[in-house]
Amino acid sequence: MKKRLTCIACPQSCLLEAEVEDNRVRSISGNKCPQGEIYARQEIENPLRVLTTTVRSPGLEVKLIPVRTDRPLPKHRLQEAIQAAHKIKITRPVRAGDVLADNFLSLQVKLIATRTAK
Amino acid sequence: MTRPDLVIVGAGPAGMAAALAARDQGVRDILLLERDQHLGGILNQCIHPGFGLHQFKQDYTGPEFADQYIREVEAAPEITVSLRTFAARFAPDKTLTCLRPGRVDAIRARAVIFATGCRERTREMIPIPGTRPAGVFPAGLAQKMMNLEGLLPGRTVVIAGSGDIGLIMARRLTLEGARVQAVIELQAESRGLARNVVQCLEDFSIPLHCRHRITRIHGQNRVEKVSVAAVDDDLRDRPGTAFDIPCDTVLISVGLIPENELLEMAGAAMDLKANTPVVRELGVTSLPGVFVAGNAGNIYDLVDSVTRDSERVGQKAEAYLRGVA
Repeated sequence: MKKRLTCIACPQSCLLEAEVEDNRVRSISGNKCPQGEIYARQEIENPLRVLTTTVRSPGLEVKLIPVRTDRPLPKHRLQEAIQAAHKIKITRPVRAGDVLADNFLSLQVKLIATRTAK
Repeated sequence: MTRPDLVIVGAGPAGMAAALAARDQGVRDILLLERDQHLGGILNQCIHPGFGLHQFKQDYTGPEFADQYIREVEAAPEITVSLRTFAARFAPDKTLTCLRPGRVDAIRARAVIFATGCRERTREMIPIPGTRPAGVFPAGLAQKMMNLEGLLPGRTVVIAGSGDIGLIMARRLTLEGARVQAVIELQAESRGLARNVVQCLEDFSIPLHCRHRITRIHGQNRVEKVSVAAVDDDLRDRPGTAFDIPCDTVLISVGLIPENELLEMAGAAMDLKANTPVVRELGVTSLPGVFVAGNAGNIYDLVDSVTRDSERVGQKAEAYLRGVA
């Protein structure tokens, strides 16, 4: 079966065509770089997304600290991950890159701050 | 009256990149003005990834991309940062009148770079008829409410226009628990990047209605619903296609307007349709020693291109100060 998809690895947005059998990718065409092949395989076999959201930071110079996961997580767990992030509060100065949670949701991903604030 | 060599208005990615490039070329007295309380400009509210893939070969979020420049600007003794400073007037002799908390200052620069960015087009500019209830927001304002203030703009949302900010907000609202009913786009296809259509709409099964328009906003105190109709290739409503979508919020994502009132005030030649200064080459306005960088000069898709071009504008300002341009 042929499956068409738009690569979201970078803003070039290549149109990819994948030959798929039993939810496994056999071949990819249309990609301008190797990222496209990696993306299509992942997207069809087990879609992943980086989570970005904010956590509260009472007492700091900004009300919210933006955060992200250091690696993508399974797409179907994004909503649950957001709820978990909302339970976190930051009360001490933070630097972009600081780890706020190790092994977030037992998914082997770290939740990291993306903004520096006092 | 202070007299720095180079004044840069706006400390978003364009202003910071221009300042650092001018510094690298040898300008020693740079004043960077910012009306917000923080450096970084609009990047601070763009918490999603996708920035820096060209410039840094990294997939940064907006604040992380900004941080690369903020750290360098803060460490540079040649660059003085003035936050909470609003440039209110600009005269042809390159005098800027600035408002700061509790005071008004005049600054006369030898060269000026305007890196003032854009504001959003509003409901009134499309225009959308109907009542004027609460709950109609430009998409970027809604982004600021959510990502900087922690406020959810509404529970059920229709987005007018498929610009990138609107698409990004469709995903953001959905992940934070709001229901995005539809994105309504007048053109035949999305105005945003294809990757944003995929990862912001298709990922969440949010319908994109192209060749449609919102014909009316309903509601007295708060938005209650919108009426929508399909349009033909001449953008006329197609009879019999009207339908309503219930919602309490409408986001408007129909483009940006470069902010160049200061340049216009000083008599720079303007393209009034685009609201940008006329430039004879990248960043060079009709006023000697006055430059424009970033989205104020030309609306970019990618911040990587903004900083790349702004560095060149910073270098041109230095060449002007040295008397070779």
